[in-house]
Amino acid sequence: MTALDGTIGTSPNRVGGIDRVTGAQRYLADMSVTDALHAKLVTVPVARARVARIDGSAALALPGVRLVLTADDLPQPVPRFGPQNLDRPVLATGETKYHGDPVALVVADTREQAEAGVAAVHVDYKALPAVCTVAAALATGAPLVQDRSLRAKDPRRNTNVLNEHVVAWGDVEAAAAEPGLTIVERRYTFPMVTHFAIEPHAFMAAPDGDGVSVWSTIQHPNWLQKTIAGLTRLPLSKVRVYAPDPGGGFGGKQHAKYEPAVVFAALRLGRPVRLVLTLEETFQAVRRAACEARVRTGFTADGRIAFHDIEADYLIGAYTDIADRVVGKGSYPAAGPYNVPAVRIVARAILSHTVPSTAFRGFGNPQINWAVESTIDEGARVLGIDPVDVRLRNLARKGDRFIPFDTPCDGEWDQAVRKAAELIGWDTPCPPGRGRGIALGIKSGPTTGLSYSIVRLLADGSVVVYAGTSDMGQGARTVFAQIASHELGAPLDWITVVMGDTAIVPYDQQTSASRSTVLMGNAILAACRDIQAKLRSIAATQLGAADTDVTVAEGVVRLADGREFPIREVLAAGLGRLGGEITGLGEMRKEAEAGHPLSGAPAFFEFNCTAIEAEVDADTGDVTIDRHVTVSDVGKALNPLQVRMQDEGAAIMGLGHTLMEHYILDDEGRIRNLGAIDYRIPTSMDLPRELRSEAVENADGPGPYGSKGMSEGALLCVAPAVAAAVRDATGVAIRDLPLTPERVWRALQVGAAPGDAEGRR
Amino acid sequence: MPQTTLPIELTVNGTLRGIDVAPHHTLLEVLRDDLQLTGSKECCLVGECGACTILVNGRSVDSCLVLAVEADGADVLTVEGLASPDGRLAPIQAAFLDQGGVQCGFCTPGQLMSAHALLAGHPHPTRAEIEEGMAGNLCRCACYEQIFAAIDQAASGAAPAVTGASVRAEAGDAWAGAKTSAEGLDQ
Repeated sequence: MTALDGTIGTSPNRVGGIDRVTGAQRYLADMSVTDALHAKLVTVPVARARVARIDGSAALALPGVRLVLTADDLPQPVPRFGPQNLDRPVLATGETKYHGDPVALVVADTREQAEAGVAAVHVDYKALPAVCTVAAALATGAPLVQDRSLRAKDPRRNTNVLNEHVVAWGDVEAAAAEPGLTIVERRYTFPMVTHFAIEPHAFMAAPDGDGVSVWSTIQHPNWLQKTIAGLTRLPLSKVRVYAPDPGGGFGGKQHAKYEPAVVFAALRLGRPVRLVLTLEETFQAVRRAACEARVRTGFTADGRIAFHDIEADYLIGAYTDIADRVVGKGSYPAAGPYNVPAVRIVARAILSHTVPSTAFRGFGNPQINWAVESTIDEGARVLGIDPVDVRLRNLARKGDRFIPFDTPCDGEWDQAVRKAAELIGWDTPCPPGRGRGIALGIKSGPTTGLSYSIVRLLADGSVVVYAGTSDMGQGARTVFAQIASHELGAPLDWITVVMGDTAIVPYDQQTSASRSTVLMGNAILAACRDIQAKLRSIAATQLGAADTDVTVAEGVVRLADGREFPIREVLAAGLGRLGGEITGLGEMRKEAEAGHPLSGAPAFFEFNCTAIEAEVDADTGDVTIDRHVTVSDVGKALNPLQVRMQDEGAAIMGLGHTLMEHYILDDEGRIRNLGAIDYRIPTSMDLPRELRSEAVENADGPGPYGSKGMSEGALLCVAPAVAAAVRDATGVAIRDLPLTPERVWRALQVGAAPGDAEGRR
Repeated sequence: MPQTTLPIELTVNGTLRGIDVAPHHTLLEVLRDDLQLTGSKECCLVGECGACTILVNGRSVDSCLVLAVEADGADVLTVEGLASPDGRLAPIQAAFLDQGGVQCGFCTPGQLMSAHALLAGHPHPTRAEIEEGMAGNLCRCACYEQIFAAIDQAASGAAPAVTGASVRAEAGDAWAGAKTSAEGLDQ
């Protein structure tokens, strides 16, 4: 296959890849505009503080410093924003809520002058008691993270519980009272971790005529446009968001962070202002919610799951961001891909004086899946039934309404389980000193969506595709170009995909939930088919045929009499002497459903099965992943290499929170391991010795050509599969992540608790 | 504050450049801000992530950790200098494209420079040598396996499936050259 063949199901070279290997690709920090000023954030070094006064006079006296913007300089009351609740102030007002909560923005001619200005700003503050754990946030008399006035109508306003999400069916207590059940009850914890996109967040804003232009590393340009329009009271048409391809997002770039402050500074100064975060500042801007979960599960003697009783406390940050949705949507399928007759899931979003948690690949599912799958593994061991068998006995089959009132099981999930088991050699003896573990996971795809696309077939047969998706590495540009190439016949390099400019590209709700291949892909497909329909009329007229005798597909016009013409031959004739183009419009809409707890059933499920073979160094506690098998149901791999890269990337990212990543907070709630030296993510030295990713393809998804969304599934199961393998190898169960050498070594010194070693292979 | 600058000379991607630099500016800052060579990226700025990796006198370094004045007189190679002047990609660049060693692309310039340095010292590196040689370059998209495959491809000397702009032009020409004949239709 050649690099330019866009055939669906092949892997042409990445569209935009050449600029990425030559250094020509311009990320936001590589861009500037004339006269741009540089901004830096002012913060206080505690988790929570009462800010009495901010004195910027010394800073303003320094060369080049133009502005010290504080909450007092903003419209009053200080505007607040957020995708769920309008609870985040543009700059902290009165009280800072977490270590890194900015109180001011210093703007200067150069970055160094802005840094000098930050050092010269005097913030008069008093540290206040902070709550940074679930226990502290829920303690009697705990300080309230959010002012009650922000939650006036919320019956929980006198607590730090922001919300509680309950999903239930069947009768758990009656099920638990049945005789003969084996009931396993355990607690699990999942740490705070951060996205660590290699590109730190960056923002720029500039007055633009009677409006404002905003540049951001944002995943959701249209959502940012709406946010800025709301804060500035400008019409949407006067807010132009440029969103160059992000250098990695993983959910951490979905929603506005400091863009509003930069916009207010730029409008006040009448000049462009740019703010590029340091990596340390990104740690203080985005993270995944920590979670403490209790799972009580009953098994029948033959390994059927009789009930699940699940409680999960997600420790979110000081402002909601999208965290409450993460808790609600992430916990909703917590009972797993199984047919379970009685289920109760209670998940709480708990506010704390910590960095606001946000979307992060897996969106709340990895935390709870860690607990539930580990519990199933434990049940299998206690019962003496093979962990794969237990799962297959309970696994939903296609069409099963395994979650009542939700999307039925939409894949041949057992195929993925069997494939993973086969690839790891589940039924073969494990090499001495090693252990094996397996886990399953599902994640709900998008529950609502709206994507428009415009496709233009130009006079020479080349194509321009407009798509509001952000290509942050997942390869959306390439897949979109493949769809257009497949439908309209142009080679890939005759196709341009335009993204990232709200003044030009039509609306797209967001780039999240692994939606873009399905939702935007369908919009592009519809736009291409719109063009095909117009070509059909043109061809019928040109050739004197009836419309019904003409078909247009895969770049070719076919007549009932057997004649075939490439699309662009028909195009050239049809457009005539004036030339011009044919424009297609596509829309993909997934409406909300009244009464559904998630406001809609998912468009698809991501299903994954991960199998691990691992060994543990008893002297150091170091875990080595010998073999890592990950199998996802993707419907149809439009670009198999990109599918593999997304699955492997998710798998390795999962190894991060499983083995090494976690925030370390001191007693005052300060993050002690800010930055790349003290916070480790997987490197080339931390990979599985053998990594194998496979896809199950039955073309049974709702996306183009039977595709489903994918790219998060392979992260869901890593922790429970690795911990099960560690337990299999050592006989010791560990229920807190990450499985650092220290934690594993300490656990080995204590040794197996009663029952831990049961069911060892 | 008064700022003194020091004149230095660098040979950057084969071209001798005389620059006045602030004594506390890093090589990365000078490349990006003074020479507008933005291919080398800023991320951790403490020498852990490798996004700013370049070659100085043939050795790979984190340019965020080197003061520009320390490099006075040095020969510097950045990602912008890997391709030949006519735009033909270096084998390692083509291999990254072929094997899928690029996702978001932000770490890619640093990965390429480390891979280039690795291959200069180990023309046929083992897996262990690749893991070690690339250990200073973080990829959060985690396409490490594809990066390793790209290094293998470049080391094997296998002809790349694509050589970038040149092939792009040839293929484009082929389609452009095909007659968009409307004969038989234009009636």
